[in-house]
Amino acid sequence: MATREEVVTGLAEILEEVAGVNPDDVSEEKSFTEDLDVDSLSMVEVVVAAEEKFGAKIPDDEVQNLKTVGDAVSFIVANS
Amino acid sequence: MSANGSKILAFGHYQPSRVVTNDDLAQMVDTNDEWIQSRVGIKERRIADTETVADMAGFAAEKALAASGLTAADIDLVIVATCSSIDRSPNVACRVADKLGVAGAAAFDLNTACSGFSYALANADHAIRAGAAKHALVIGAEKLSQITDWSDRSTCVIFADGAGAAVVSATAEGEEPGVGPVVWGSEPSDAIAIEGWQPYIVQEGQKVFRWATGTAPQVALAACEKAGVAPGDLGGFVPHQANLRIIEPLARKIGVDPAVLSRDIIESGNTSAASIPLALSKMIERGEVKSGSPVLLVGFGGGLTYAGQVVRCP
Repeated sequence: MATREEVVTGLAEILEEVAGVNPDDVSEEKSFTEDLDVDSLSMVEVVVAAEEKFGAKIPDDEVQNLKTVGDAVSFIVANS
Repeated sequence: MSANGSKILAFGHYQPSRVVTNDDLAQMVDTNDEWIQSRVGIKERRIADTETVADMAGFAAEKALAASGLTAADIDLVIVATCSSIDRSPNVACRVADKLGVAGAAAFDLNTACSGFSYALANADHAIRAGAAKHALVIGAEKLSQITDWSDRSTCVIFADGAGAAVVSATAEGEEPGVGPVVWGSEPSDAIAIEGWQPYIVQEGQKVFRWATGTAPQVALAACEKAGVAPGDLGGFVPHQANLRIIEPLARKIGVDPAVLSRDIIESGNTSAASIPLALSKMIERGEVKSGSPVLLVGFGGGLTYAGQVVRCP
């Protein structure tokens, strides 16, 4: 099972690949849309890639609740 | 007489002359050019004036037939893929047969929304293999503008009108089939709905995006595998022109040379069942695909449905 730190690192890699986000900018308090400029479609790509990477199922209805990187980390840690 | 397979002899297409730009749409709904281009990749689209689905289907079929070297008298099967024809009977295929002077052919419409052309092409291929037909007209035609809610900014910026057609014939004995095995299926969901009266396209964009980005690569790879063609060897890749944000990552994911990917959505919008034959016909017309080279078609959309196959470029 992945630690919070490992999930943040993994998400940073995904964000770089999907949306060109600088990994150094990724930390738990950052908002996907406001701070990292990730739009709704990129967010779907991030979710799909995160499911593959961490083996967590992230339902469509849950995606809108994942406002910050920390929200996503908590969900993944609890569900993988 | 049954045949070993079928091949595509020629393509043809038709687009209405009226161009609608993103700036035009920004006058009607709260949107802008930058948003549309960054989210969907469309710069402009064609919207029909008085042309019906059957008119556009007929124009495209006429061009394909002329380019094929066959005549109307040779055609014994007409299949039209469409989800936007308002007139139910005579069906669009019979109307096209009538316009072109095709007499006595089997003629039917098929609705699997955006995957329609690949479904129709598979049906024609199967009919030819079974000996039920020898020369088929396979058409994708849509007038989505008549089922678009022009006050819904999430859909009206996406959909457009047009038609594409192919002439599909039996291969000669010993000749390699030019239409590869189909990979098709469905995953029932109302994420794309055209319901009731008057029907309008309603789409749960993120759900569809997620499904398409997950499903399309699997269909694409399976179609290549069934045809025995490596994605890197494709001379053309024509996925349904749904969204540039779907098709560019799709090409990357399956390892297709980005140079052979059709990006017709930029200038034509999403024309559902028409998008694949329309885009491929235009690529061929511009000399972008070599005759005989393998081209991967992958349709996906409302239903939800999907279908894909590798064809040899005429």
